[in-house]
Amino acid sequence: MRAKEVPAEAAASPGGDLDGFVEGPRTGPARAIDWLRRNLFSSVTNTVLTLLVLALLWWVIPPFFNWMIGDATIAGSSRADCTGDGACWVFIKQRLHTFFWGHYPDDQLWRLAVVAGLMIAFIAPVMRERTRHRGLFVFLLLTLFPLLAGVLLAGGVAGLPFVDSDDWGGLMLCVIIAFVTVAGAIPLGILLALGRRSQLPVIRIFSIGFIELWRGVPLLTVLFMSAVMVPLFLPYGVSVDRLIRAIVAFTLFNAAYMAETVRGGLQGVSEEQEEAAYSLGLKWWQVQVFVTLPQALRIVVPGIVNNIVDLFKDTSLVTIIGLVDLLGAVNLALKDPNWLGLAKEGYVFTAVIFFICCFGMSSYSRRLERRVNRHRTGGR
Amino acid sequence: MNRYVARFIACAALAVFTLGFASGAWADFNSPTLDAIKKRDQLICGVDTGIPGFAFQDAAGKWQGLDIAYCQAIAAAVLGDPNKVKYVGTTAKVRFSVLQSGEIDVLIRDSTHTLSRNSDLGLATGAVNFFTGQAFMVRKSLGVAHVKDLNGATVCVLTGTTLELNIADYGRANNIKINTLLFEKPEEAFAAAEAGRCDGYTDDGGSVAAARSAMKAPKDWVILPELISREFLGSLCRQGDERWSILVKWVHYAMLEAEVLGITQANVDQIKASATNPEVRGFLGLEGDFGKYLGVDNAWAYNIVKAVGNYGENYDKYFGPLELPRGWNNLYNNGGLQYPLSWR
Amino acid sequence: MVRRPSPAAKVGQWVFLLVALVVGGLLINTLGANLARRSMTFGFGFLLHPANFDIPFHIIDWSLADTYAKVLLVGLLNTLLVSAMGIVSATLFGLLVGIMRLSVNWLVRNIALCFIEFVRNTPQLLQIVFWYFAVLQALPSPRQSLQIPGGFLLNVRGFFVPNLIMNAGGTLLPWLAFLALVATPFAWRLRLKRRRIGAFALALPVAALILLIASINHVEFPALKGFNILGGVPVPPELVALWAGLTIYATAFIAEIVRSSIEAVAKGQHEAARSLGLRRPHVLFLIVLPQALRIMVPQLTSQYLNLIKSSTLGAVVAYPDIFQIFAGTVMNHTGKEVETIIIVMAVFLTINLLFSAFMNWYNSRVALVRH
Repeated sequence: MRAKEVPAEAAASPGGDLDGFVEGPRTGPARAIDWLRRNLFSSVTNTVLTLLVLALLWWVIPPFFNWMIGDATIAGSSRADCTGDGACWVFIKQRLHTFFWGHYPDDQLWRLAVVAGLMIAFIAPVMRERTRHRGLFVFLLLTLFPLLAGVLLAGGVAGLPFVDSDDWGGLMLCVIIAFVTVAGAIPLGILLALGRRSQLPVIRIFSIGFIELWRGVPLLTVLFMSAVMVPLFLPYGVSVDRLIRAIVAFTLFNAAYMAETVRGGLQGVSEEQEEAAYSLGLKWWQVQVFVTLPQALRIVVPGIVNNIVDLFKDTSLVTIIGLVDLLGAVNLALKDPNWLGLAKEGYVFTAVIFFICCFGMSSYSRRLERRVNRHRTGGR
Repeated sequence: MNRYVARFIACAALAVFTLGFASGAWADFNSPTLDAIKKRDQLICGVDTGIPGFAFQDAAGKWQGLDIAYCQAIAAAVLGDPNKVKYVGTTAKVRFSVLQSGEIDVLIRDSTHTLSRNSDLGLATGAVNFFTGQAFMVRKSLGVAHVKDLNGATVCVLTGTTLELNIADYGRANNIKINTLLFEKPEEAFAAAEAGRCDGYTDDGGSVAAARSAMKAPKDWVILPELISREFLGSLCRQGDERWSILVKWVHYAMLEAEVLGITQANVDQIKASATNPEVRGFLGLEGDFGKYLGVDNAWAYNIVKAVGNYGENYDKYFGPLELPRGWNNLYNNGGLQYPLSWR
Repeated sequence: MVRRPSPAAKVGQWVFLLVALVVGGLLINTLGANLARRSMTFGFGFLLHPANFDIPFHIIDWSLADTYAKVLLVGLLNTLLVSAMGIVSATLFGLLVGIMRLSVNWLVRNIALCFIEFVRNTPQLLQIVFWYFAVLQALPSPRQSLQIPGGFLLNVRGFFVPNLIMNAGGTLLPWLAFLALVATPFAWRLRLKRRRIGAFALALPVAALILLIASINHVEFPALKGFNILGGVPVPPELVALWAGLTIYATAFIAEIVRSSIEAVAKGQHEAARSLGLRRPHVLFLIVLPQALRIMVPQLTSQYLNLIKSSTLGAVVAYPDIFQIFAGTVMNHTGKEVETIIIVMAVFLTINLLFSAFMNWYNSRVALVRH
């Protein structure tokens, strides 16, 4: 892992700074030795600790490395090919398509590729450091893109064959759930956050009740509610696809968390700003939209990205209500009689995929955080 | 004169109203579920999330199994096409809620027909497509020969089933204690049994055979001879749509009747072309109005056999590989419990 | 926020309330109609019916004839048990890893960082499933149990801890010992105020320990008998897996809270303490941590609440918590979807409120100590 990524790293050791090495510019091995002395062997306790950790690493890493790569089997196509003591990656290789896109028809996979391409195209301007009209791009990402992607994935129009949502699965399902949820939860969360600060008692109490209700119960009960309880509240004959119900549950749940994040940002905007705006004769909504929210949202973007990371991890819960996401697909594959006993391979693979996605997002969030802090403290 | 006009209008209005109500009543004679299926041109069938024999997805993601064959048979009878089915995998826990909520048209998910499900849970029992009882599977190395010897053992069970209740009753009646471990999904319970977390696995006879086939070394496991309960598995519908549950029931009888008459998927066309026996002609829809009575095409039974075959064929296809003898599921004239009602 | 809302807005909120009420009424109406159509009823009377099924793991007595209300209690206690275990262990480990993150030692610092990053960026459900299916189920069978010094046994059936068998009259003594332990911190606080009590404050825990040892008759070690290990206290693998999953996940988050809180304590505090000649561990535990605690408490509260809520994930590893047993088994046997889910949600909301209230009270106390 790249230690540089972490902002606190520089000031991570208050004790270390106090040991007070005053160093001149040195080069080559001398510098390396210096670094080692300072960071690993600065005292007796430290030396002991270093040796202990090294012993631990020596005990853990080589066997793990051997299992992962050294003794692992990659070539082949059946269980019989896995003869070594290491991991049996053949299993993952054989099932890769269900892990990534469930039972999406093979001849329609180009649609997935197009959606993935579109996603990159829509996200890129949002993430770029210097983008004008970033708000516009975010808006497009959260409205136009889901619409396009939905039409492309489901089909049924313009000659595209219809693909039932039951055939969607694996990582693709996680991404879809996460994306639609974010698109719904951010606006709803902003409304709730404003509602919670409102002067109108009814609106305020309603917002507080809504937020605290969802934050007080486990996501699993909310999902379960969407699976078994919600249909009882719908008129007879009306039925909603359970993927959509799950997404609605996710949206309501995460809107409550988004609302709290956004509220943190709203509190960070000084009151003078609002008062100044009001004194110019602006109406409440004008003040919120043009003055308060732009500042508040800029502060809370890292927080929102962290929420998205949590939400993305939570998508693995849909396996409990019978949707086959990445973890669900792995679990199903594990009970295949031809591939029994490969739980470690399946879960390690899932962990790596989730880690790549989530670590990417959290690193981005940290970078943003630093940028925001720089703007706020350094000013321009 | 105005008075007469008013009277005439009143009478006419009354007549229209009465007719309207009457036609409304006629419409009610149809089944809302059946109408909904025809309108969407697709049957939504609730099945197990995955258990060999009854319902499972093969490596290509295609659904297979005895319960699946029933879904296809209903679709063939109603829509004339066995592929117009959407399968909804349901866990034991949510299956009845999913059915009650109207998300699925029919639940064919190795579910036991019981008194409380029929009354308290408000479910209409269709036909029993699998007669079995609760069986136990244990590792051979344990040296256990009877269920009674399982005192103190731990078995893996699926939660939300009749099985938990049976074990409790059996333990009380025989004064032994069998510990249970409750799982949500079969694959989790299989894995736990395989790992040795439980001494055995218990389920209905069909599912236990399926469980054995899913073990790493099926030969290391033995199915105990006793069945501690009746588990008569079959299709379930919502109450309040009698005509629909009747149709579902008769789809099952059609599959049995085909076997009685010796009609199979392979020879059905040939028999249809040359049928002279009035029973066969009636069954295949060449004579009579059986289909109309049920609100489906007259060739519905032909469609079923053409699409999935008769009951025996399907049993052999899905339970043959699991080495589960037909036993109770033989036809009535062959020492079993499976019988079709009279085709009259 | 000095602005008063406009009259239109004031009217608008009541319209909003009206709409909300109408929608709510319609939903309840639909529910009633749907239930009636299925000849089902709404009500909580089923709670008094006998459950007649076995709960695999229970910490209070459970018999088949007990009611569904008792099922709720058993499930709730199981949830609280694993949550309490998780909170204690996650706090301890979180403190450890958080301090490791601030170590002078580069290696220690980065090991902690790797751990935190890896745990925080993978789903908790995956971690729990991994512990259960990939680790605990790979353990040997009871016949080949791993022997751990001290009479502990570890196998695929769980972790078996030696049991302390108390004397005949001994049921009272452990309770006394427990009371003495609870009273100790209060006695210790008293000592700080009135010096006269002095070292006598330590008499309580010592007495408690002596009481406890005196009341032990013998130690019962787990051993293989028949199918299972008998004797000792079994900790089922479901509990171990869930506990491990909850602890490790929360540890990573708590460690970050500990780190940031310690860093937030003014550097001057640290330097002043060092210049007084205090050694580094003393500085940490006597000067920095007590101050950091004040900053930590609100954040810790939300982590603890997350942990309690996450304990519902035990459903996938067959841990009979309130969610699996009540919103699962009971719901299925009784067909009371709406009622059971309402009850489970209400229970979690109550736990949430009570716990938040307790932590707020604690927070205010910690804050007061400063003066």
